[in-house]
Amino acid sequence: MRYMVLVKATAESESGEMPESPEVFEEMNRFNEELVKAGVLLSGEGLHPSSQGARVRFSGTERTVTDGPFAETKELIAGFWILDVKSKEEAIEWVRRAPMRDGDELEVRRVYEAEDFGDALPEHIKEFEAEIRARAEAKRS
Amino acid sequence: MEVADTRERIDAARRSIDAVWRIESARLIAGLARVTRDIGLAEDLAQDALVAALEQWPRDGIPDNPGAWLMAVGRRRAVDQIRRQETLARKQQQLGHDLETRPPVGESAFESVEEDIEDDLLRLVFTSCHPVLSPEARVALSLRVLGGLTTEEIARAFLVPEATVAQRIVRAKKKLARADVGFEVPPPAEFAERLESVLEVLYLVFNEGYSATAGEDWLRPELCHEALRLGRVLTGLLPREPEVHGLLALMEIQASRSRARVGPGGEPVLLLDQNRGRWDWAQIGRGLAALERSRALTDSPGPYALQAEIAACHGRARRPEDTDWAAIARLYGALSRVTTSPVVELNRAVAVSMSDGPEAGLSVLEGVADAESLQGYHLVPAVRGDLLARLGRDGEARAEFEQAAALTRNEREREVLLGRAAGLAGNR
Repeated sequence: MRYMVLVKATAESESGEMPESPEVFEEMNRFNEELVKAGVLLSGEGLHPSSQGARVRFSGTERTVTDGPFAETKELIAGFWILDVKSKEEAIEWVRRAPMRDGDELEVRRVYEAEDFGDALPEHIKEFEAEIRARAEAKRS
Repeated sequence: MEVADTRERIDAARRSIDAVWRIESARLIAGLARVTRDIGLAEDLAQDALVAALEQWPRDGIPDNPGAWLMAVGRRRAVDQIRRQETLARKQQQLGHDLETRPPVGESAFESVEEDIEDDLLRLVFTSCHPVLSPEARVALSLRVLGGLTTEEIARAFLVPEATVAQRIVRAKKKLARADVGFEVPPPAEFAERLESVLEVLYLVFNEGYSATAGEDWLRPELCHEALRLGRVLTGLLPREPEVHGLLALMEIQASRSRARVGPGGEPVLLLDQNRGRWDWAQIGRGLAALERSRALTDSPGPYALQAEIAACHGRARRPEDTDWAAIARLYGALSRVTTSPVVELNRAVAVSMSDGPEAGLSVLEGVADAESLQGYHLVPAVRGDLLARLGRDGEARAEFEQAAALTRNEREREVLLGRAAGLAGNR
């Protein structure tokens, strides 16, 4: 199963300043390398501060765009990993080994897999699939 | 209340220990096997260390460096064990020497093991996939020592009784010890054959997971993830081997379709009918990247890389009609030359029919239909029926579909084939 590990923003990550010491980078590189060697890392990225992003709000047919930065730092995301692991505990065990700093917080969330849907596939997707199949059928005959 | 709390705490600790085990066990067994030269014994010692952890960690908490803790316990047990067994006197000397030249067991000993752990892991891979073992035994032992899966988990994933898997593993360990295969990366003369055996194990595990159907134990599809994970580990251990990257590419691209290949009613959806929007395009990207690495390493791709190339042709096509069938037909030709399998020729017949028309496909099919291994194989009349139907030779096509329906053992497939037969004009 896949887990997404969300890195919560901090005042520092929101400031866009790079960490001063090269050790921070080295430690993170070493951690990422461990994840790669263990075959569990699917992807991982760091995000620019929210000042370089935007939000789009949906209300009826209205779309309201608000540019960053956003105030509530603790609610923001500064980066993520996607890990392919066997259990939540394994994801947590990897996360415990991440070279984070005092006050940092990581959140572990499970990614939906095909098996999770089963019969719960929404009706409109079923219909969509049926239509695609019908079209493919028509093309062949 | 208090009892329940304690139980809950112990359960939580147990789950965390499982997770640590999953992460550390292969390295632990590999490091111990270097000392004992026997992966059966190394696995037993690692299990001893796990038992010790299960006793202590729920009480004292998980240590800061759980891997080092397990390794220290395992090595201590190794020393005890080997000293007790006089029959292993020669190994005791080796171990004695080993210990003299190493720092005492503990953090620092772990550091020195750490340096060569990649080599040890590679030895572990080659030993647990040793060709003296049957494929089933290799699969079970590898999932145990490389994947950190329990016997129960392996049994559930393969839909066999736990006792069967336990016995397979015990026998495999004995056989390896008897055959005295050692704990080495194979010499150049054996390397290709031994690597083939490793790749076969990974692909068997993958296919077992891929053949899982809805409603089965969730551990079955997990086998795909496990095969992929081990494939990624192997590309790290053997970065210069094109077929290792080729197999990873093949598995990634195949797995990318898992969401689309089963219909809402649980029925299989054929490749060309799949909703490509439900393919995992990030996974296809990872597969294509692995394929690029394989290509960069050789001009004469092996069977896994070629199959990955074929899968990639489909994976690159956003719509079925964008499929490069001529390229696929060429790739099946190349695959046919390296595998000499009539089934590959059968696939080539389909690809040729898509690029050059049903007549051309039919002539490829007739070149191979008499092959001994294809006798009684329902896909021969099924493909022939499809090609004949496309040529408007309905009567002949109908007879082929009916024959195919009689040959298949899959109920759902039979319905589909009879349906196609019934859909044709009955002028025979």
